[in-house]
Amino acid sequence: MTTVSHARATPLTDPRILQRAILDSFAKLDPRVLVKNPVMFVVEVGAVVTTFQWARDVAGHVTGNAFGLQISLWLWFTVLFANFAEAMAEGRGKAQADNLRKARTETMARRIREDGTREMVPSSALRALDLVEVGPGEFIPGDGEVVVGVASVDESAITGESAPVIREAGGDRSAVTGGTRVLSDEIQVCITSNPGETFLDRMIKLVEGAARQKTPNEIALNILLAGLTIIFLLAVVTLQPYAIYSGAPQNIFVLVSLLVCLIPTTIGGLLSAIGIAGMDRMIQRNVIAMSGRAVEASGDVDVLLLDKTGTITLGNRQATQLYPAPGVSEAELANAAQLASLADETPEGRSIVVLVKDKYGLRGRELASLNPTFVPFTAQTRMSGVDLDGQEIRKGAYDAIEKYSSAFGQPVPKEIKDVVQTIANTGGTPLLVARNRKVLGAVQLEDIVKGGMKERFDQLRAMGIRTVMITGDNPLTAAAIARQAGVDGFLAEAKPEDKMALIRGEQAKGKLVAMTGDGTNDAPALAQADVGVAMNTGTQAAKEAGNMVDLDSNPTKLIEIVEIGKQLLITRGALTTFSVANDVAKYFAIIPAMFAAAFPQLEVLNVMHLRTPQSAILSAVIFNALIIIALIPLALRGVRYRPLGAAALLRRNLLIYGLGGVIAPFIGIKLIDMFVAVLRWA
Amino acid sequence: MTAIGWFQIGVFLAVILALTKPLGVYMVRVFNREPTILDPVLRPVERLVYRLTGVHEHLEMPWTDYTTAMLLFSGVSMLILYLIERMQKWLPWNPEHLGNVTPDLAWNTAVSFTSNTNWQAYVPETTMSYFTQMAGLAYHNFASAAVGIVLAIAVIRGIARHEAETLGNFWVDLTRCLLWVLLPVSLLVALVFVSQGVVQNLKPYTTVSLVEPQMVQVTGADGKTSTETVHDQKIAQGPVASQEAIKILGTNGGGFYNANSAHPFENPTPSTNFLQLVLIFAIPSGLTYTLGRMTRSPGHGWAVWAAMAALFLCGAATAYWAEAQGNPLLAGVNQAAGPLQPGGNMEGKETRFGIASTALYATVTTDASCGAVNGMHDSFTPLGGMVPLINIMLGEIVFGGVGSGLYGMIVFVILAVFIAGLMVGRTPEYLGKKIEAYDVKMAMLFVLVGSFTILVFSAFSSVEKSGLAGISNPGPHGLSQLLYAYSSATGNNGSAFAGINANTLWFNSTLGVAMLLGRFFMAIPVLAIAGNLARKKITPESLGTFRVTGALFTTLLVSTILIVSSLTFFPALSLGPILEHLLMYAGKVF
Repeated sequence: MTTVSHARATPLTDPRILQRAILDSFAKLDPRVLVKNPVMFVVEVGAVVTTFQWARDVAGHVTGNAFGLQISLWLWFTVLFANFAEAMAEGRGKAQADNLRKARTETMARRIREDGTREMVPSSALRALDLVEVGPGEFIPGDGEVVVGVASVDESAITGESAPVIREAGGDRSAVTGGTRVLSDEIQVCITSNPGETFLDRMIKLVEGAARQKTPNEIALNILLAGLTIIFLLAVVTLQPYAIYSGAPQNIFVLVSLLVCLIPTTIGGLLSAIGIAGMDRMIQRNVIAMSGRAVEASGDVDVLLLDKTGTITLGNRQATQLYPAPGVSEAELANAAQLASLADETPEGRSIVVLVKDKYGLRGRELASLNPTFVPFTAQTRMSGVDLDGQEIRKGAYDAIEKYSSAFGQPVPKEIKDVVQTIANTGGTPLLVARNRKVLGAVQLEDIVKGGMKERFDQLRAMGIRTVMITGDNPLTAAAIARQAGVDGFLAEAKPEDKMALIRGEQAKGKLVAMTGDGTNDAPALAQADVGVAMNTGTQAAKEAGNMVDLDSNPTKLIEIVEIGKQLLITRGALTTFSVANDVAKYFAIIPAMFAAAFPQLEVLNVMHLRTPQSAILSAVIFNALIIIALIPLALRGVRYRPLGAAALLRRNLLIYGLGGVIAPFIGIKLIDMFVAVLRWA
Repeated sequence: MTAIGWFQIGVFLAVILALTKPLGVYMVRVFNREPTILDPVLRPVERLVYRLTGVHEHLEMPWTDYTTAMLLFSGVSMLILYLIERMQKWLPWNPEHLGNVTPDLAWNTAVSFTSNTNWQAYVPETTMSYFTQMAGLAYHNFASAAVGIVLAIAVIRGIARHEAETLGNFWVDLTRCLLWVLLPVSLLVALVFVSQGVVQNLKPYTTVSLVEPQMVQVTGADGKTSTETVHDQKIAQGPVASQEAIKILGTNGGGFYNANSAHPFENPTPSTNFLQLVLIFAIPSGLTYTLGRMTRSPGHGWAVWAAMAALFLCGAATAYWAEAQGNPLLAGVNQAAGPLQPGGNMEGKETRFGIASTALYATVTTDASCGAVNGMHDSFTPLGGMVPLINIMLGEIVFGGVGSGLYGMIVFVILAVFIAGLMVGRTPEYLGKKIEAYDVKMAMLFVLVGSFTILVFSAFSSVEKSGLAGISNPGPHGLSQLLYAYSSATGNNGSAFAGINANTLWFNSTLGVAMLLGRFFMAIPVLAIAGNLARKKITPESLGTFRVTGALFTTLLVSTILIVSSLTFFPALSLGPILEHLLMYAGKVF
């Protein structure tokens, strides 16, 4: 199972992305677009004001207007840098959307009329509930469910995974996606979506960011930033009367510079880039989040519901040991177990054959000469086996075999009962083997917990997330595996409605629940969960119900999804803190510069020893602009998430982004001031 | 600075720390309507009050009703005070035959006492009759303090409750606050004050002959100045003790006399001075424990207390240090503390209190939005005077006004949680409640109203004729006076850089507006937050939860307060006290 596929990741330094981002930065200067971002809108208004003032100065032949020009230019750069950050974040998604669009090209589809005849129609004419036939080499014209047949399908256009997948009618592997290609065999597909609403359409919109809406937390943060902007606007606007009172009125360039330096431009400029990059990181991991809200919610998850099979344990249980009954030789038991399993194509059955072969050297035999009758597993008997040479060989669960043999006066020996108990207690599954209704012994089947899961769950626990294992096993077995895997809880003998009840119960306690699922019967639970990740291999119903689709169909992905969600929130918090902390240094640069001429005593506040008032103000403005560019990589990559407890994480991030945010600009502005001196800008 | 000075500050904080839990627990019992020791006496009174007023004891109110009731109560009370002031000439207990108060001053004073500010643009002993002081002002000292406390309780309930629509019953909370908390303590304290020499009578003012007749300059009607010899002096009397207790306990601060707690009839001895200091912080400090207890997170209450205490200590130490330094321009004068002199800057300070007690009083009275003074803040050194100013600008949340300090602090808690809470990788939560757009919007509104009122009014006054007319000292000190006046009004503090002449139409009306905005337009958003929080579910705590307890949180909270406030006011401060300080060391004073 592939864990992460970066099949479609385009590097950000791709010249096409860069080129488009630069063009977009200018297009985004449109005030109608920019007004949605109050912080940057204020910067743009400031830039317009200073540019206008500068033009008037030039027209009026005011001397020394180079300062005004430089301030205006850097203000425009500030806006452009913020636009560039957003454009870069969108860049990869847009490139990807272009690729996806190619997959959406118009194809012809063979529609099956009600009378059974076929007609050729363009795929765009298909509506939900239309029936189409797709043969080898043909593109599937729209999303749907396979209703007849089985075929191998190349889904690489969607998932980036080149290995073909099997899609068949009935069961949980019936969903097909428009734009994918049938490689072999012929299937009939019932279309489930109308044109423009297909999975591919939605995906294009999502990766492109066209359907992007601000998430709740982003809205809240925007309000905070707008509020801070108003406060600083007040502080700067009222500074002029105080300055007039003090006999040191300021010019417009200085006031606008102070304002732009104080308002949280760093986070304001990077906020939407952070959100888009979060969605993008999901896509890099082949997870399609239906909304940014879902990504955000995944950071808040308190409980993870994980299916045991395939997530916590390796696919299936495997036979590991044989326990013969008293008076039965191990070879005899091995022989019977093998015979009973030869026709059993289940993984358990096969593992018995493998065990016997490896341990007892019994190879599979040609049974045709013995004229065997294979008895398949049925829900009534709950046994399978073979009849040959007048012998009835059966294997099955303990209670099934016990019923089968004790009905004929052959009780299960006490020793075997004990063995069965021990196996069950240690998390294994006992199977009994009987010949002619006499119990020969037990086979121990065990779940093999995937490597590294325990550590993973420990990390999750440190993050404050509880993991609950969902399994159809009996409670005893479930408890043993849960212990072995290190999960915090389990739901044994789980039926879909139990899962639903569990989710509702946790939610009633105020917790957020995440789960994965693929079957139609998972759909209600997927819809109920706060984060529901549907497997791409799953049914259409499951994919509709969840708020994310994992194209790799890898249930372990849930853990990564949670980390991405957390990373998104941390990045926002870190840059907000950094942005606000930066202001302290900017005050120390600008305030003494403003009033140094009138009150030389205020020079003691010039702790950075910036050379001249103009250089100090210019340096602060340049720092303010450049820090946006400098932080674009961090915004796009996200602050690295460490699975630590909240207190440790907070302490660490506060030190880096809070304290660092106070100190960094002192150094940065001083350095820029030195450069400005070398370049003789001011 | 002396060891005994630091000792006083230390002992004071220790006493406050010791009082916090018992008082906090008592208030929890009072507002949760659990049995208390005073029940046998007070329950019948309480029932009688409800029967007379038709209050349904068990009716709970949603935040909107609670707010409406609070506004109605305050509005009607304010109108009554206005009418009393305007008609005092015809009302009883007016031995000095004081006339009716002018409309603008009556409005200013009515707003001032309703909003728990107690800004006094008048000289009480020559303006207010005993009746006005007792029935009007003292009543408001109780009522406005009780309103502040019950609002804090409503906000705490909003945090503590979950999936609830209501915050309690305003009338019941108000009644219980008055009967169980404010009245009994005030009664006790008034008796202690009387024992120390605080007066309590309804006599006319006493005229006494001066031991040493004084020569004074007077300006005649023709504008000429002449000297006159004064042989006797009038000593104001009045029902002081009864008003003094609640003035302090309810963080009101409006003096019975113009000299406020510097007057020997209001604050006669160092013991009453210490008692006043303790009483100012007592309820605001106790409420932090109430917060912790009612939200089932005592650690959070203490973390908030610690943040307040840390900010208080910074202020007290700075003010004490600045005042003990004295004035650098008095070169050659011995300003060191010694057995014969207190040393330092004694201008505007009472010798019976000295440097440490006065610096401490100034810090405490401005940390809490009390506004009582035992010295002239205007005469402090620039940095010493900046401490009270900054304390008020922080939003009156360092212990703060009774109730209002706590709910103001909660707004900063919410902001701190929101900004930094993201850094643990979860949607910010405050005690299990998710902090969302609505809460942030209201919190920002709270901060905005405060900064807007202070900055815009003082900026306008600094360039406008009617504003400039009130300034008594030119230069940066004048700017400090303006900033102080509007900060004090907005923060509902009521103390003044007393040099300013505020009894003008301009200041009376604008300061009145500032006080209204600072009280009610800041309380409404907080109640809205409370109403919204009450509706939310509580997410149980896990290892991944941002914890609002412990040293880390306290540090974060203090940093948030300092950064938000200093960023807002640093430009103004740098042209006011900071510049004045620097100029003073350059040899220039104002």
